[in-house]
Amino acid sequence: MAFGILAAGAYIPRLRLQRKAIVEANRWFAPGLASLGKGERAICNWDEDAITMAVEAGRDALVGFDRRAVEMLYFASTTFPFLDRLNGGVVAEALSMPESMSALDVASSQRAATSALSVALRAGGCSLVVAAEHRRARAASASELTSGDGAAAIVVGGGAPIARLLGAAQSTVDFVDHFRTAESEYDYQWEERWIRDAGYMFIVPPIIARCLEAAKVTAADVAHFCMPAMVPRVVNSVAKAAGIADGAVADPMQTACGDTGAAHALLMLVAALEKAKPGERILVVGFGQGADALLFERTAQALPSAGRLGCAGHLARRREETSYAKFLAFKDLIEIERGMRSETDKLTPLSALWRNRDTVTGMIGGKCTICGTIQFPATRICANPNCNAVDSQEPHPFAGKIGRVNSFTADRLTYSPDPPACYGMIQFEEGGRWMMDFTDVEAETLAVGLRMRMMFRVKDFDPQRGFRRYFWKAAPAGAADGRS
Amino acid sequence: MPAGIRDKVAILGMGCSKFGERWDCDAADLIVEAYAEGMRDAGIETKQIDAAWLATAIEEQHVGKSAVPLATALRLPFIPVTRVENFCASGTEAFRGAVYAVASGAADIALALGVEKLKDTGYGGLPQRGRGTLNNMIWSNLSAPGLFAQLASAYRAKHGITRDDLKRAMAHISVKSHDNAARNAKAHLRNKITMDAVLNAPMVAEPLGLFDCCGVSDGAACAIVTSPEIARALGKTDIVSVKALQLSVSNGLEAQHNSWDGSYFHTTRIAARRAYQEAGVEKPREEISLVDVHDCFSVTELVTLEDLHLSPEGGAIKDVLDGFYDADGTIPCQIDGGLKCFGHPIGASGLRMIYEMYLQILGRAGERQRQTPPRLGMTHNLGGFPHQNVCSIAIVGRYGN
Repeated sequence: MAFGILAAGAYIPRLRLQRKAIVEANRWFAPGLASLGKGERAICNWDEDAITMAVEAGRDALVGFDRRAVEMLYFASTTFPFLDRLNGGVVAEALSMPESMSALDVASSQRAATSALSVALRAGGCSLVVAAEHRRARAASASELTSGDGAAAIVVGGGAPIARLLGAAQSTVDFVDHFRTAESEYDYQWEERWIRDAGYMFIVPPIIARCLEAAKVTAADVAHFCMPAMVPRVVNSVAKAAGIADGAVADPMQTACGDTGAAHALLMLVAALEKAKPGERILVVGFGQGADALLFERTAQALPSAGRLGCAGHLARRREETSYAKFLAFKDLIEIERGMRSETDKLTPLSALWRNRDTVTGMIGGKCTICGTIQFPATRICANPNCNAVDSQEPHPFAGKIGRVNSFTADRLTYSPDPPACYGMIQFEEGGRWMMDFTDVEAETLAVGLRMRMMFRVKDFDPQRGFRRYFWKAAPAGAADGRS
Repeated sequence: MPAGIRDKVAILGMGCSKFGERWDCDAADLIVEAYAEGMRDAGIETKQIDAAWLATAIEEQHVGKSAVPLATALRLPFIPVTRVENFCASGTEAFRGAVYAVASGAADIALALGVEKLKDTGYGGLPQRGRGTLNNMIWSNLSAPGLFAQLASAYRAKHGITRDDLKRAMAHISVKSHDNAARNAKAHLRNKITMDAVLNAPMVAEPLGLFDCCGVSDGAACAIVTSPEIARALGKTDIVSVKALQLSVSNGLEAQHNSWDGSYFHTTRIAARRAYQEAGVEKPREEISLVDVHDCFSVTELVTLEDLHLSPEGGAIKDVLDGFYDADGTIPCQIDGGLKCFGHPIGASGLRMIYEMYLQILGRAGERQRQTPPRLGMTHNLGGFPHQNVCSIAIVGRYGN
């Protein structure tokens, strides 16, 4: 049984803010931003964060994979919603992964994901490495334009790998190109020219050399060079210095998505795994207080064709957004009048959340072992009026099921961060139904019979206590869906 | 089926406050206003009341919990008083408590009073509020219009009706209720409106526009009930009695089981069938003279007319547009303006509906009085949402008829 990368998945939020909108809104103040105005950047919907994106990327990677086989979860991000609550614990529960699994949050560096991947590869066993970033930048900053939100996931373990690790090298130095502290909301960055010359150009090429040497591969054999960089065109300079062909430099997806921070090296790796031919070498570099270099060889093993969207599929699942004001509101960069209806107390009793975690976080319902009726939520007494058996239900997972809209509305009365609030009765094809919030949908496209898939999202923010609660929502299922 | 309460209980008196934005009134003021009228009508004194029921649904906005606010407002002499709450059907629940107390013989005279003081919310519409610990975690971000609006999408899909045809029937319903309320001095919204105004109103929850939604009002209503024998002994000759009182409560079937298609009220159909049986009504479309339904939204009224077996399934749109339910039609619906225009102070609404039936049967409805006094009046008081609700139905009529 060979060891390596067994599966790969991605998630890029559906909304793509047109960079023109950012440039136009800020032209009065920062006309120089116009040079960054091409293309679009991925932005989270109001109900997405690093945890929800990690769940989606994880689901995308785990298509057709036995989740019970996963022994370890690594979740990398510098934008975790929680500082003291295992963010990976939420992801694990939403993915209904085994409780016997261990989980680690890996934080504090733009290379958190490559470091986590390298540890997982060294540790052996079966791991899910997931990285997600919900990026936050000041209005009218360059990074508001160049960054994007997104996530990627890699499954490592023994089996039939899609890629094998050929070599790896690391270094750790306290090179501070930018920083963000527990007290500061935004990055503070030093001069780009210094970061390029004293940072990337000084630190990265020797690590690449060590990595290639360990793998006994020449730089010319690298077909895909995946390195996110906060400084434009520095990747090409690094490639040249390391002897890698310019044509091997992978598309950083700047035009279509933006730089997804700590998730981006993994996202680029997923994109490369989708493109690479068997035998091709993929070099991944994560940079931040030193660097990680990982060299892989793509095998002939195919990625799952059905149900997986991957990086390419998620880039294609897009909706153009032109409202900069909406983006500012979603990122909480502007204080908008939310009205008195938004003042309702959103306290989550943690004891009740724990008791109901299978229902709320896992979306696990019940199947009656007497009459076979599938129902959500699971309850003590069967919902079938001709059965009503007591304590007859076994767990039945709903999160991966496709449902259809039975009735719907677009509600302008109830408070929603993105009105109108769309919701309706979702009827699952195998049985069961629930009145659910919809997300990633436009009111005018709603119709009875529309196919919907479940997505893990923020249900409510509790500004009084800084908490947020999660639940599943229904989103239109793409043609490729049957995804789990 | 049990024998029921048909003709076991008489209405001795009823009262109803002016509904509307009563900026000058606390809930206690509204309670006293309705009660004073009811007691004048009943011709008795407070000390003659043996037991009382209070209905309020959004009590945190005004009186708070328990029956103490009613006992205190009316200085009830330390008698049994119970507060009931069953969503928007709370008013009929208070009535049911009082009626059952008399029917059982536990009380000679009982009071049912419903009140709601909603206009201290600070904004229009019903207050946004929590739904319970687990519900807050897994229910959709719902509002009443958003859930009732879904009847429209499911009804259209089931009967193959275009949005325009449905919207026109819904608009006719609202125009008719505004017309009726213009003849009702106690109603909240007394202005006449046009079909165009309804159809072009701002959207609240697709496809419900502003005029498809009922008013949110302050108000109170009450009933004093007793046995027909005591009513006679107290000098009443013209007696209205309770013919049927039925309640059906969702048990999660509509919310969880795919046998319900979302286009109708499962509870209403059950409660209506039981109510007709209790009242001895065999052909409702021919025997019911007058109906007040829970028209929280125009579409609710439309589908309810079918669920009450007054219109054939899929036939309500035609009946509505033909004027079957207009004030001068065969079975006037919402002759007092309904929730739509009389207003909807939640705890009071069920009793307000019975109040109108009572007035109409006794020929005391003023300029909106039906020429032939109605024989049987039916009220339909619904609480909750189409997919989980409580439905209360009352039929009242002339005693011994």
